[in-house]
Amino acid sequence: MASLRLLLAKPWVWSFIGAGLVWLATVAFTGGYGGGGMITAALSLAVFTVIVGVGQMFVITLGPGNVDLSLPANIGLASAVAMKVMDGNDAMIVVGLLAALACGMAIGAANYLLIRALRIPPIIATLSASFIIQSIDISYGRGLQIKPPPGFADFTNWQVFGIPVLAILTVVFTIGAAIALQRMIYGRSVLAIGQNIRAAWLAGVNVGRTRFLTYTLSGALGGLDGALLAGYFRGANVDIGNEYLLASIAVVVIGGTSVAGGKANVPGVWGAALFLVLLLTMLNTFGVSAGVRLVLTGLIIVGVITAAGGQKALR
Amino acid sequence: MLRSLLPALSLVLVLLAIAWLNPRAISYFGFSLMLNLAIPIALATIAQMFVIAGNELDLSIGTFVGFVGCVTATWLKDAPLIGVLILLGSIGVYALLGALIHLRNLPSIVVTLGMSFVWQGLAILVLPKPGGKAPDWLLSLMAFKPPLVPFPIIAALLIAAVVHFGLMRTSYGVILRGSGGNAAALERAGWSLLRTKIVLFALAGLFGVLSGMALIGITTSADANIGNGYTLLSIAGVILGGGEFVGGRVSPIGAVLGALTLALAASPLLTFMHIPPDWQVAANGAILIIVLAARVLISRRER
Amino acid sequence: MAEANADIIRRDGAERHFGAASMDIIRLDGAEKHFGAVRALAGVDFHVAAGECVGLVGHNGAGKSTLMHMVAGTLMPDSGRIAVRGGIEEHYSVPRALELGIRCVFQELSLCPNLSVAENTRINHASLSGFGWRRRAAELIAAKLDEIFPDHSISADDIAGALSIGRRQMVEVARAFTVTQDPLELVILDEPTSSLDAHTAGQLLAFVRRFVASGKSCILISHLLGEVLGNADRIVVMRDGKIVASDAAKAFDRDRLVTAMGGAEAREKITAEIAKREAGPLRVRARPARQDDGKELVAHAGEIIGLAGLAGHGQTDLLLAIFAAASRAKTGIEVTAPVALVAGDRQSDGIFPQWSIVQNIGIRSLARLRNGLLISPQREAELATFWREKIGIRTPDMNNNIFSLSGGNQQKALFARALGSDAKIVLMDDPMRGVDIGTKLEVYDLVREEARNGRTFLWYTTETEELDNCDHIHVFKNGRIVANLRRDELTEEKIIQSSFGDAA
Repeated sequence: MASLRLLLAKPWVWSFIGAGLVWLATVAFTGGYGGGGMITAALSLAVFTVIVGVGQMFVITLGPGNVDLSLPANIGLASAVAMKVMDGNDAMIVVGLLAALACGMAIGAANYLLIRALRIPPIIATLSASFIIQSIDISYGRGLQIKPPPGFADFTNWQVFGIPVLAILTVVFTIGAAIALQRMIYGRSVLAIGQNIRAAWLAGVNVGRTRFLTYTLSGALGGLDGALLAGYFRGANVDIGNEYLLASIAVVVIGGTSVAGGKANVPGVWGAALFLVLLLTMLNTFGVSAGVRLVLTGLIIVGVITAAGGQKALR
Repeated sequence: MLRSLLPALSLVLVLLAIAWLNPRAISYFGFSLMLNLAIPIALATIAQMFVIAGNELDLSIGTFVGFVGCVTATWLKDAPLIGVLILLGSIGVYALLGALIHLRNLPSIVVTLGMSFVWQGLAILVLPKPGGKAPDWLLSLMAFKPPLVPFPIIAALLIAAVVHFGLMRTSYGVILRGSGGNAAALERAGWSLLRTKIVLFALAGLFGVLSGMALIGITTSADANIGNGYTLLSIAGVILGGGEFVGGRVSPIGAVLGALTLALAASPLLTFMHIPPDWQVAANGAILIIVLAARVLISRRER
Repeated sequence: MAEANADIIRRDGAERHFGAASMDIIRLDGAEKHFGAVRALAGVDFHVAAGECVGLVGHNGAGKSTLMHMVAGTLMPDSGRIAVRGGIEEHYSVPRALELGIRCVFQELSLCPNLSVAENTRINHASLSGFGWRRRAAELIAAKLDEIFPDHSISADDIAGALSIGRRQMVEVARAFTVTQDPLELVILDEPTSSLDAHTAGQLLAFVRRFVASGKSCILISHLLGEVLGNADRIVVMRDGKIVASDAAKAFDRDRLVTAMGGAEAREKITAEIAKREAGPLRVRARPARQDDGKELVAHAGEIIGLAGLAGHGQTDLLLAIFAAASRAKTGIEVTAPVALVAGDRQSDGIFPQWSIVQNIGIRSLARLRNGLLISPQREAELATFWREKIGIRTPDMNNNIFSLSGGNQQKALFARALGSDAKIVLMDDPMRGVDIGTKLEVYDLVREEARNGRTFLWYTTETEELDNCDHIHVFKNGRIVANLRRDELTEEKIIQSSFGDAA
């Protein structure tokens, strides 16, 4: 009983409860049909949101004003880079993945350079960068119709006992991220900076390096996500990352990470991503139109933040 | 001093670049074409500026403009009364958001992020497929061709003048800007911060509505995604215009100049100037970065 | 209770009130205020009569600001009551205070930096609106500035944020005395001269005398005891959230004020303990950025160096420069060992509000607390427990949030963070402000003990008696070191003399 109460006090539990309720409602609607398949599909799709969500979470945790708006452009460009490097050739999969990672990291590092050199709020720095990345992507990816190598496409869709392997790997990755957050100097530094950047500096935290690493990490995860998305959806395109700007911020917020910074929550990112994906599935199952689906998604985000309330602020 | 001239300076530089690349563009017809979309962009930028003046940020203005566009191309034409009521109601929603953000002390970026889904969804519900038609009076208004000076320039001057007077010269405008500068001091002097936030958001809603209507007056028909780019453009416009994210430092004239600069940089005419369309978005980003870099250099010099 | 407050007459519109002339402008009875575990005010009775200038003195954290926030209506007491001109105020608030003519110039600047001087004036006057308001606002503030500071060179169109801090303070003070439709009865001046030079400060105090002579009232809060002794009619001394003395200004002299404010017992205890010791190797050599006469601050291992002078005259800047120089080379500053800093402004410079006491202490020592790549929770807890015993942090559980501690214990946790680290040099940025005397004595002992073990302390303090702990004292003025005193040369007069130059 006491442990249950302790569990309910964790902010991330609610996103899982929400996901569970949505799933139950859908299964009840279909009369129990397709419940397992729905979870498989949800896991497959949630993975992509989780990967960028974790990057965005570290960025947002840096405190007010920190947010990475360049993720969609980053994902788009990295997906094109990965597909071009892999060139449909199974032997090039690893090289392509590394290229996408490197592309994302370069974008992240460039973001931090802009923030640092121009002393402008990250939101504007990443915004300006995203304009440029978008153009590079349009120009670079012009007419790009390259399919992923068959091996890579299979890998991103691979399932074991109905569980996507990519989801398992992502769970491992998020566990690592959670440990880094709480038990490594890097994570502690991020949390300290997010609570009070001046106090962090005066307590000996290497503020510059931590922020640099965080933006680079966010960029790298965006790049990785781009490559995986291109594999999963069998092809790269410019708009492939578009929905991940809002989704990445939404999962961070719904997952119980403080938008005021200094308090992060890794499990919540998973819960929130599953919740959002299952919500879409539910609304699709109910035969709801795209418009209603969007309206409900938006209202839920507003509702969640209103209920969480009392914390300031992402800027 | 130099810094306050920066918005005008960047506009002049972009104009010079255009004149150099294609002298024929500097004409009545050229400006009409290049500044085609300047009016809706300027109005959206002003909307964003009101929100930023109160130290908040509106990530939903783009989809809101799209929603307004869809309503304009459908209800406002077919059933004007209901159309007007919907638009007034949407301004009311903006005011409520301001109240909610203040009362619950919410991060505006997340609330408006959620609202961007809502407006997009509503836009799709109003107009599931691209289409509709702008009301005739709106079409003729936007097609107005005054002598000598192209309409977009006159409209931009008018918008800048009206908003400058309202925000920078009236006594309540001072209170609105003060709420961004030092909210605690304002509260100590007995002003309601709830009210300032509601007013700022309602004004943002109002100018968002005007932006959406102006946009449809130009494009003649609507599409649920038509305004999506405006969120980022409006933020960029405010910053280009010398505005700052915190501290209530905004400038309506600067914001309109910033919007004009962006409108030029993104105009279809660039295509005829050997700038491939692929790089037009980058032009926006590059201008933003160059201006911000110039700002850093200037403030370093002035210190 | 009703008997005791016989002079307070419940007043409503129909009732007439008698003897208004002799009535207090404001009266607080039994005002109490708590902030979390900290008791800021412990049942204070306070009043101001018409035509009276009340001086309010006390050390930082004695409760002066809290009391003034109540007078101004920005804070409500947890218990006790407020009466204005004899009428009890059930729902006292800022708008109500303004309506009654009570205004306050707060210590933290309350101008909007993005607005002009005239526009800032407009904020305080609802009636400055409609046609021509800009001209009226500009004339109003310009006239008041002319009246108080005849040779000011401030334009009503100047943007507040672009003015120097001294001019901002002038605008703020002048603004508080402008009148449109609301009456003006009482102005609270909280350290009004902190950023003014001697000349302007004199102009302001002369104006305050004229203001009071015209039958209005004033509360003057100042660390400069001479300022209070010379200008107040009555002086109220606060200490640990209580009023410990209240008497006509003539009845006080500097010694009596200092004694009433407290801290004298600490002085005797320390003086007994100071012993000579050999200087160790050089740890810090630093010259303030604005120093032009070759004076510099030198600290060796085992020394405690005091940084004195008026608040905000470059002491903190030098500490921060030294802190920065420890990680990145800087001209004019030489630092030979790791540095840690103990913040004075806990909220903005020290505390991590989301974290436990353990995490707040451990943050400076993370590299040492690792086991391989990961921070060991066990080692982190050991470090915290060690310092809990050593420095006496009073809490049932070190895993509680840092805010569960009282202010003094929070400060101890910050000391533990610095002393528990590998730092050989500890910078202290006036860390004892707002801390109770018991905690102070414990920390003083610890600092001297750590110094005997070879640590170097650079100690900026606004409380003169703390300088008794130091081997050398550097007095700062306008960002420069103006005097360098040995412990045995130290007197309060010398410090004040150096801090004020010729003005004192």
